Amino acid sequence: MGESQEMDIGYVANLARIELSDEEKEKFRDQFGDILKYFDRLSEVDVEGVEPTAHAFPRHNVWDQDEARPGFSAEEALANAPAQRQAQVVVPKVIEE
Amino acid sequence: MSDTLHEMTAAELGEALATGKASAVEIARSFIDRAEAVDGKVHAFLHRDDEDFLAQAHASDERRSKGESLGPMDGVPVAVKDVISVKGQPLTAASRILENYVSPYDATVVVKLKRAGALVWGRLNLDEFAMGSSTENSAYGATNNPWDLACVPGGSSGGSAAAVAAREAPLTLGSDTGGSIRQPAALCGVVGMKPTYGMVSRYGLAAFASSLDQIGPFSQTVEDAALLLQTISGHDPLDSTSYPSEVPDYRQAIAEKPGPLKLGLPKEFFGEGIDAEVRQLVDEAIQFYRNEGHEVVEISLPMTDLSIPVYYLIATAEASSNLARYDGIRYTHRSDRAENAIDVYAKSRGEGFGEEVKRRCILGAYALSSGYYDAYYLKAQKTRTLIRRDFEKAFEQVDAILTPTSPTPAFRQGERSEDPIAMYLSDVFTISTNLAGLPALSVPCGFTGVGLPVGLHIIGQAFKEADLFRVAHAYDAVHSFGRKVPKL
Repeated sequence: MGESQEMDIGYVANLARIELSDEEKEKFRDQFGDILKYFDRLSEVDVEGVEPTAHAFPRHNVWDQDEARPGFSAEEALANAPAQRQAQVVVPKVIEE
Repeated sequence: MSDTLHEMTAAELGEALATGKASAVEIARSFIDRAEAVDGKVHAFLHRDDEDFLAQAHASDERRSKGESLGPMDGVPVAVKDVISVKGQPLTAASRILENYVSPYDATVVVKLKRAGALVWGRLNLDEFAMGSSTENSAYGATNNPWDLACVPGGSSGGSAAAVAAREAPLTLGSDTGGSIRQPAALCGVVGMKPTYGMVSRYGLAAFASSLDQIGPFSQTVEDAALLLQTISGHDPLDSTSYPSEVPDYRQAIAEKPGPLKLGLPKEFFGEGIDAEVRQLVDEAIQFYRNEGHEVVEISLPMTDLSIPVYYLIATAEASSNLARYDGIRYTHRSDRAENAIDVYAKSRGEGFGEEVKRRCILGAYALSSGYYDAYYLKAQKTRTLIRRDFEKAFEQVDAILTPTSPTPAFRQGERSEDPIAMYLSDVFTISTNLAGLPALSVPCGFTGVGLPVGLHIIGQAFKEADLFRVAHAYDAVHSFGRKVPKL
């Protein structure tokens, strides 16, 4: 895990879809170096043959009846939308003409 | 019993309502007056809808006058952390990105509270999206510790802890992903409890790390925590991780004295790095259990040291995925500088998220990214299995585990805010229980020389909340440190 300390902040911030200022990038670069060094403690643990835990207790698939239930009206569902028109969310154009 | 309504416990308020000594409207007014008087100093609340609060109180009094009271919670106020949905009320998660969001539905815990007649009131401050241990990461200003306003209340549920400590609410709800209920409870001198993973529905809780998050109660006493957990627990078909079981009668359970118990002290939790006064007060609490005839033995949880890196890898990975929903499209802040779809995401999130949230989402994206997934995320999940096994082994020997809740009392505002690792270490005693899914609570166990509260952390066995409450109540019923009121 040693090479991990050279995280490319710009690349990962883009993966996370978060715009960072230059100051933030600078600050995070130092902090991430320290945090990742701390995370590297895990490299000392022997986990040979150990199953990963995703949940503390066994989880099973939960089945539900396929029944219609009351939901939101379009108006309720759109009440928090930053931009809307004709009962739809307005977004920037995603398909080129 | 206190004569002042806002200083009463929920049990006392229930009694006052049942015997006609107080009305729900009088109670609501008493808490509104108290919040008006002290919240300028404490800043526990982000938002209060006092009119709605009084309307609920009127409805409660109306029910009671017709002989239709809904039980011991009818007319008792409960204030909630600003990550729990209440229909028609704002939910900001202390983030700019949700500045104008209004919840279109009630969380399951809120449905249950309303069904029990509780008065659901106010939005309590937190670290943005519950990420932090001091409530300094709120986009709307920090909360101050009622015992020393220059100190932090802990976090992330700092508003929930401070509101109970300052007597602005008799009961509050918080959420605990790595200690976010128990650590602020300890730092503010109140009871705070994280239930077993799956006991309380997460439906309507703004998710941080879904495999770790649980909603839980804050109160002055263990008895009140039992009452509130009773009200909010139970299986919910709307949360597929909710556990299908009957909820035991917790108040009945605490009425019984615990039989002779074996209590474990993990040697890894009592090493270096604990404040001397915290150590002494926790030792005195442990001595109480010995004096009561319980056996106290040393145990070992060898993976303790690794719980912080495991936790921060898993929690940031899950957060990175969960917080992808705040995308500037459907219900959040949208940047007006955005020119295309990717821009909407990146700029809205860049503008809307605070520093710690950005830090964690980026760390999480990194831990999950191609080339690092096995070394970080998968390794953390496997080590999580070892941490869980440590506890399973320990509980073959003992009935409950005692530790300090936090290695130090409340620290000063600003002291750790520029050092993420120092802040992460505040959770060293609480996070392993989230990784193992176990129930645990913090009960006040005294005050330091300068008057800051200290908490005793009690970890119980999965789904045995009744036993955990019984152990904690045995101590709390005698000491009642949570009944002490700070001077404000």
